Amino acid sequence: MVEAIGRALAQVLADDADALLMGEDIGVNGGVFRATAGLQQRFGDDRVIDTPLAEAGFVGAAIGMAMVGLHPIVEIQFDAFVYPAFQQLVAQAGRFRWRTQGKYGLPLVIRLPYGGGTRAPELHSDSPEALFSHMPGLRVVIPSDPQSAGELLLAATRCGDPVIFMEPKRMYRRGRQEVFAEFSAGDLEAAAIVRQGGDLTLVAYGAMVEVALAAADELAADGVAARVLDLRSIYPLDRDQLLAAARDTGRVVVVQEAPRHCGVAGEVAALLQEEAADAMLAPTLRVTGMDMPFPLFQSEDQALPSVPRVLAAARAAMDY
Amino acid sequence: MRADGTGTSPAVPAGAPGGALMGGARTVLGLGREDRREHLRGLPSGLAIRLYSAMTHLRAFDERAVILQRQGVIGTYPTYFGEEAVQAASVLALEDRDWLFPTYRQTAVVTLRDCPSVVPLLLWRGHPGGWHDVMRYRVAPICIPVATNYPHAVGAAWGARLRHEGWVALAYGGDGSTSAGDFHEACNLAAVVQAPVIFLVTNNQWAISTPIVKQTRVPRLAEKAAAYGMPGVRVDSFDVFACYEVIQEAAERARRGGGPTLVEAVGYRLGPHGTADEPSVYRDPRADLLWAPMEPLGRTEAAVVEAGVAAPEQLLELRSRAFQELRDVGDRLGELPLPSVEELADSVHRDTPWPLRPERLYEPSWARLEQTPPWS
Repeated sequence: MVEAIGRALAQVLADDADALLMGEDIGVNGGVFRATAGLQQRFGDDRVIDTPLAEAGFVGAAIGMAMVGLHPIVEIQFDAFVYPAFQQLVAQAGRFRWRTQGKYGLPLVIRLPYGGGTRAPELHSDSPEALFSHMPGLRVVIPSDPQSAGELLLAATRCGDPVIFMEPKRMYRRGRQEVFAEFSAGDLEAAAIVRQGGDLTLVAYGAMVEVALAAADELAADGVAARVLDLRSIYPLDRDQLLAAARDTGRVVVVQEAPRHCGVAGEVAALLQEEAADAMLAPTLRVTGMDMPFPLFQSEDQALPSVPRVLAAARAAMDY
Repeated sequence: MRADGTGTSPAVPAGAPGGALMGGARTVLGLGREDRREHLRGLPSGLAIRLYSAMTHLRAFDERAVILQRQGVIGTYPTYFGEEAVQAASVLALEDRDWLFPTYRQTAVVTLRDCPSVVPLLLWRGHPGGWHDVMRYRVAPICIPVATNYPHAVGAAWGARLRHEGWVALAYGGDGSTSAGDFHEACNLAAVVQAPVIFLVTNNQWAISTPIVKQTRVPRLAEKAAAYGMPGVRVDSFDVFACYEVIQEAAERARRGGGPTLVEAVGYRLGPHGTADEPSVYRDPRADLLWAPMEPLGRTEAAVVEAGVAAPEQLLELRSRAFQELRDVGDRLGELPLPSVEELADSVHRDTPWPLRPERLYEPSWARLEQTPPWS
């Protein structure tokens, strides 16, 4: 996935003279995950810019750049390093279009490697998508594989409004996939059915899609056909596909690695009970991370949603 | 008085104007009579009148806004009484292609770029028509959390430099904003990338009730510039001619590729923080009396007349015209109908997502309209 992201970034830089990349260590070093490897050499240090270590400052500067017609794509080095920039994103970036009566937007993309499963130190495994999807004016997008990463990143750069583009870094070097030589822009608001099934729907996004697919394999062995819906768009949710899944299967389990309280899974469950309660054959269940700081290094397996946990929830829904 | 009854006495009066507090601050009005006259007569033709006229307009706007707040036509309003000199100078010292990044205290600077006065007044009425056209005037929307606008100005100016466009950006702030992290990150970044930006910090010694001594151990804020490797200059914030000069010099330096400047416009907050603030609770009103003679409009008027640059009748005419215009604007303010919530919701994204579409803004329609649920 990380190569697909690098290729999509190169494609954007080549096609759009106003696009530029900013972030810590993204130039000569190519970023700590190598997403921008080689791009500074190819496009110059005016287009691929190393910034001081100051997220509020450079995210704020990117807002100013976007205001005057540039198209900055900002890399936040790790998940929780976005918190210093939170004010700039929620109190400034998300409100800009509204502050112009809808007339002007900020063409700004924040790339945010996120999530667990990489044996990382503290604050290198957070999943803050719910925070951003709660705050008005921001779109939140999470790809799950190389192709969707390239297509959605391209779409994010053309959306005209700020996009929080969260990259499940556990998937950076997993799930190799042949991708098209050139990406075309994907649909920023669409979930994708990544496995068909009529008995139960597993809703997941980011690195949890892989977990849901593995669970679906095991369910198939039990004779249960599980649909796997990859959300991709966290804000807005793909309401049509979620309601269709509920109506088609009647049973839904939502998987997220973020803490449970006020999370995306809760929003999905609320939507379904408000608008599809008549179709539901079982309560919508959540398999989530825990309401605690993400466990470090070797402890993380105990907290991350796993195939057995998803299976247990799925079977409970089937048995209801 | 605190809730536990122990109370605190108001702070002692701040240093008198003209003393150590203003040390090193550029002044024109503070020059000797002859030098002052010579300086004013040496200004480009019409400049003194244009500056005076801009100040008059700002004063008329501010006074009308306070009246409208008292009448309940607009909501809480942050008055800038006493900042007319530095604000007028900041706009006139720059070119129209330069970008401004105001805070709530510079709500009216956009009107010095020909935006109708009714626009920012509408903002304080809660009408979305109060958001001015950002691209047309090259003035960013006002920033409410202090210091958050500094990085925006740096980014914009940096963009101008990357594209060799030759314009500069100016960001406003107050003494309190220099304690914020965004100030530090913006100054540092601006200096590192040599962004053509001016940080215009009006040090009026008070951040609501917090005096400058509780804000920083560096009372001369311009000295902070040294830590970032950029020039820092002080100027009398009540002196429109000195402010004009200092800001123009900073802009020229920035345009030449000389990078950012921190301008500290030093003075005193002559009024309250805003219409909901009562300064006598926390500061000695005697200090206000010490500073009252520095009030910039009268001071400018006296100097201009003394130098023979304009006749008193001409100034009076400008003044009455500005006040009449604002009175008329105020009278019309309540007439504009509020837009619907559907229109507001449609202004958040370019492509409005479903949760903000009219049919989804409220509860599901069957609940809101007490219709039958779809499953009954």
